[in-house]
Amino acid sequence: MHSTEFLAGLYRTMYTIRVFETRCVKLYRQGAIRGYLHPYFGQEAIAAGVCAALRPQDYIVSTHRGHGHCIARGGDLKRMVAEITGRQAGCCKGRGGSMHIADLETGNLGANGIVGAGVPIGVGAAMGAWIRGEDRVAAVFTSDGAANNGVFAEGLNLAASLRLPFILILENNQYAVSTPIEQSTAEPELFRRGLGYGVLSERIDGNDVLAVYRKTAEAVRACTQGSGPVLIEAVTYRQGGHHVNDPGQYMPKERLEYYRSRDPLRIAKEILLARVGANEEALARIEAEVDREMDEAVDFALHSPEPSVEAFLAEAAAY
Amino acid sequence: MATTVKDSSSPSTPPGQRTILYREAINEALREEMRRDSSIFLMGEGIGERGGSYKVTLDLLKEFGPKRVIDTPIAEASFTGAGVGAAITGMRPVVEILFIDFAMLAMDQIINQAAKVNFMTGGQGHVPLVVRTQGGAGNGLAAQHSQSLEALFYHIPGLKVVTPSTPYDAKGLLKASLRQNDPVIFIEHKLLYMTRGPVPTGDYAVELGQADVKRPGNDVTIIAWSGMVSRSLAAAETLAQEGIDAEVLDLRTLVPLDREKVLESVRKTDRVVIVQEAVRRGGVASDIASIIQAEAFDYLDSPIEIVAGKNTPIPYNLALESACVPQTTDILAAAKRAVYAT
Ligand SMILES: Cc1ncc(C[n+]2csc(CCOP(=O)(O)OP(=O)(O)O)c2C)c(N)n1
Repeated sequence: MHSTEFLAGLYRTMYTIRVFETRCVKLYRQGAIRGYLHPYFGQEAIAAGVCAALRPQDYIVSTHRGHGHCIARGGDLKRMVAEITGRQAGCCKGRGGSMHIADLETGNLGANGIVGAGVPIGVGAAMGAWIRGEDRVAAVFTSDGAANNGVFAEGLNLAASLRLPFILILENNQYAVSTPIEQSTAEPELFRRGLGYGVLSERIDGNDVLAVYRKTAEAVRACTQGSGPVLIEAVTYRQGGHHVNDPGQYMPKERLEYYRSRDPLRIAKEILLARVGANEEALARIEAEVDREMDEAVDFALHSPEPSVEAFLAEAAAY
Repeated sequence: MATTVKDSSSPSTPPGQRTILYREAINEALREEMRRDSSIFLMGEGIGERGGSYKVTLDLLKEFGPKRVIDTPIAEASFTGAGVGAAITGMRPVVEILFIDFAMLAMDQIINQAAKVNFMTGGQGHVPLVVRTQGGAGNGLAAQHSQSLEALFYHIPGLKVVTPSTPYDAKGLLKASLRQNDPVIFIEHKLLYMTRGPVPTGDYAVELGQADVKRPGNDVTIIAWSGMVSRSLAAAETLAQEGIDAEVLDLRTLVPLDREKVLESVRKTDRVVIVQEAVRRGGVASDIASIIQAEAFDYLDSPIEIVAGKNTPIPYNLALESACVPQTTDILAAAKRAVYAT
């Protein structure tokens, strides 16, 4: 049984991600954010549940849809908004942006603009820990589209061949841009691929934050006992288009409605209210706090300077 | 096994040095650096028990064990990527890619990941990854095992490109590569593994970005790297018999490029031949020529000569193969054209 504080913490993380993405979309429309921005709407339970089960010494590797992972791992909202709006105060000094957001202080090795590329990078982080004999795991977020890429297979096999402390969280949001998963593979139960490599693999409800948390905690235990790697396929649904400028019209209305009825924040709220008897007021307080924090972060970013072109050119000359 | 043969009794070897093989020099660099720094580990295909296809990693498994000398699956993209991840998190991986041709399978991890991490993270992350590989033609290995692909890596900001031509340089440059924090593509040459040269007994490193005058001269500068250095030296010997005093400048590392020494030599000799084994089109030689003409135009007494590989895949047949790659006679002819401005 989980404490109210613990559950409220999960809800807080999920709510933060939701508000963060909502504000980012708005900033994008206002022209303060450029390039690609892939919102994490509908998948919040996965980042929150996974990161709650990880320990401070663990690593995560993120994806192009990476704001949620960064937040759940403890990323600073001010430095995140500053990064996504291209400021010098951003966690990557405005050089990375949304698609490359990284925060090594929290063990977040970074998002990636190349689908699937984070998988072997995470294998390497796990390998380093294994060589040094340290009690750490590398949890790698990846996606259904990436599961069809070569490095997914190679990475999983490499990790399995060495029994590395490696947890692959496959966020199956059922779409790669506009291509539904049933169309890009004859075996849409993606966790089965892990079984083929001798990897403990399971499919769970990715919209249920407690299911995600529990399965990840189990995976961490398995890894520390030397029975890693573990593959967790968390089934979810992308609530919206692929990126800010994609209306996602190809997504069937009924399915979208169905998954909205199973919205991860709603599920978390129900658990809090019904099962542990938290009250609406307490949740409203959390939401108000997060809203204020978000306002401050946006304010901080928009008032912080852009990088100096001269300083950048001096750096560039050294390459 | 021949790797521990040390020719210290050779009368021509200066005190404090031995004559050893190129492949032994690399083995020594790995062994000594692995003893010094426990974050260094090796990954590659058949590098453990077998000691690698060219015996570079012979006996390292015995000394350092299976966690520091890892035999990988045949999966270049993922073990190179694992090198990137391990490097970001504090290790110093040395990834061996058997042939530079196979690095093509790992290009995303090298170019989009390793080369970009430090930049994209605003300096938070470093990738002290050394990718050891080998290239070049000369053994009838045909089109997929003989290429000289350094230009692909030279083109990418964020990578260092090292191309040693002697055992001394190979050992010293590998040590330096393992003591700095950027990704390095360390390109050996398959024809050099069994060549010998003097190497000090004590510890030393050769700083990256320092070209080396392998033969001083006043009449023409021959710029080369990797397998083309020995052919350039052979050409210089013949030129000397004809009264032409050629300087042979070995770049040793293409990135960083020692522009200063290149320009210094050109300003002394006023004539330049650049020799590259790789195909002519889009090669490093063209870029060096553009630097020279921009920075030392007024010194040039004749057009810059480029001796390069033919723009073709490497054929299997040995006669055809050698027709694709610069030979000593090609270098000789180019140097004469430069000197006599014919
Ligand atoms: C190697 C590669 N190919 C193509 C793209 C373009 N691209 C960006 S996101 C994306 C779809 C990814 O779908 P999925 O992996 O399921 O992740 P999701 O966007 O659903 O989170 C594509 C094709 C890319 N970034 N990298």
